[in-house]
Amino acid sequence: MSETLLEALRLLGTFDAKLMDIVWLSLRVSMTAVVAGAVIGLPLGAWLAVAEFPGRNALVVIVNGLMGLPSVVVGVVVYLALSRSGPFGSLGLLFSPGAMVIAQMMLVIPLMAALTRQTVEDAWRDYALEFRVMGFSRAQSVATLIHDCRHSLLVALLAGVGRAMSEVGAVMIVGGNIDNVTRVMTTAIALETSKGDLPLAIALGIVLMGVVLALNAGAFQVRRWAMRRFG
Amino acid sequence: MMFPIRLEQVAFRPDGRRVLDNLDLTLSGEGISIVLGPNGVGKTVLLKMIAGLQAVTEGRLLWGDNGHPVERIAMVFQQPMILRSTVLDNAALGLRPLGLSRRACEARAREMLERVGLNHRAGHSARLLSGGEKQRLALARAWAVQPRLLLLDEPTANLDPSAVEAVETIVRGIRTDGAKVLMTTHNLGQATRLADDIVFLADGRVQEHAPARQFFARPESPAARHFIQAELPWRIRFDE
Repeated sequence: MSETLLEALRLLGTFDAKLMDIVWLSLRVSMTAVVAGAVIGLPLGAWLAVAEFPGRNALVVIVNGLMGLPSVVVGVVVYLALSRSGPFGSLGLLFSPGAMVIAQMMLVIPLMAALTRQTVEDAWRDYALEFRVMGFSRAQSVATLIHDCRHSLLVALLAGVGRAMSEVGAVMIVGGNIDNVTRVMTTAIALETSKGDLPLAIALGIVLMGVVLALNAGAFQVRRWAMRRFG
Repeated sequence: MMFPIRLEQVAFRPDGRRVLDNLDLTLSGEGISIVLGPNGVGKTVLLKMIAGLQAVTEGRLLWGDNGHPVERIAMVFQQPMILRSTVLDNAALGLRPLGLSRRACEARAREMLERVGLNHRAGHSARLLSGGEKQRLALARAWAVQPRLLLLDEPTANLDPSAVEAVETIVRGIRTDGAKVLMTTHNLGQATRLADDIVFLADGRVQEHAPARQFFARPESPAARHFIQAELPWRIRFDE
């Protein structure tokens, strides 16, 4: 066991090329999915917080429910959409990092939208009357609320990062876990563990945990600074 | 012109509870009108109706020759909204919907901060201001849009005397700039200092609408006499 751990640390210490390729691809795929998901999920959540229309409550319940969407279900849906006979088959994205980005986006958008809706709705309750007197449009209200809640919305972003980086099922189905092409940390850990190559699996696990902890620590510091700076 | 503002037979009965009941009121376009009355009599509801924040479901609200307000209205609340941003950003907030350039918004906001004595704090975080400074900031934000009608809902509640004095000076400045001010307060001393006319509400109606001097010297309705007597017993004895 100690030999396995030492080998894992050696892989990390020497910046093993295979390990670094997997880490780099994971970060590229997940960060792209989170940024793209935030561009859609944050305004969607903020709009849900301020909008008034028949069926709004039902939509809120659906978005909240989608937070727990099983990643394998998303994987199957994206697989069907991108497969040769699917509606987007002509794009040729299946078994590519692009397909993995799409799958992870589908997982993080409802999560970010639901968390944003909750945060922004609390602020909207305090601000709605003044915005209406000032003549703010719905779009101006949404933009102002997102900016005002920006530090609290870091939580939504972090949740999205955690969801994207830690999921296995969807990227396994739409990416195919192809060596040097679509193999990311989570799928590599699953594969290497089943093969018995524990040092690589452990090294990747350490990196995965390190990234998540570092992001959380960074967000914690930003929030502390923001509380001191803006109250 | 959006004046005079006329409320005719306006009623507001949330959940069957009578708040406003066949209220009639005409407001001219000049001076400071102060709405007085006991708690829960509908002072804030009246301001919200005029601001368009509360629908008039019974009775009519008429604006001069038009069916709707044609000039700018601003409103400042007892607990003003303060964004997590700088004082300058907060002062410029009301200008965003007006389609002005960023530079023009900033220049106007700085001018208003100067007028309310907060220009030296323009770059500071607005949420870290004191209660009095926050209210001055809210007034600067309202003033920046050059409103023709300014609605103030108990703007000095919970403020210390020096902060109250600062707010009153700003309100006079806004009136001098040409805005009609309609304000609610529980502070009768403030009403005597600021008001040109008093609207006294009780039992869901306007019991009295009179010039301030006349109202405090010779209140006509028993409800107004009791209200003032409870608040300013020395004045009643003096007048008697």
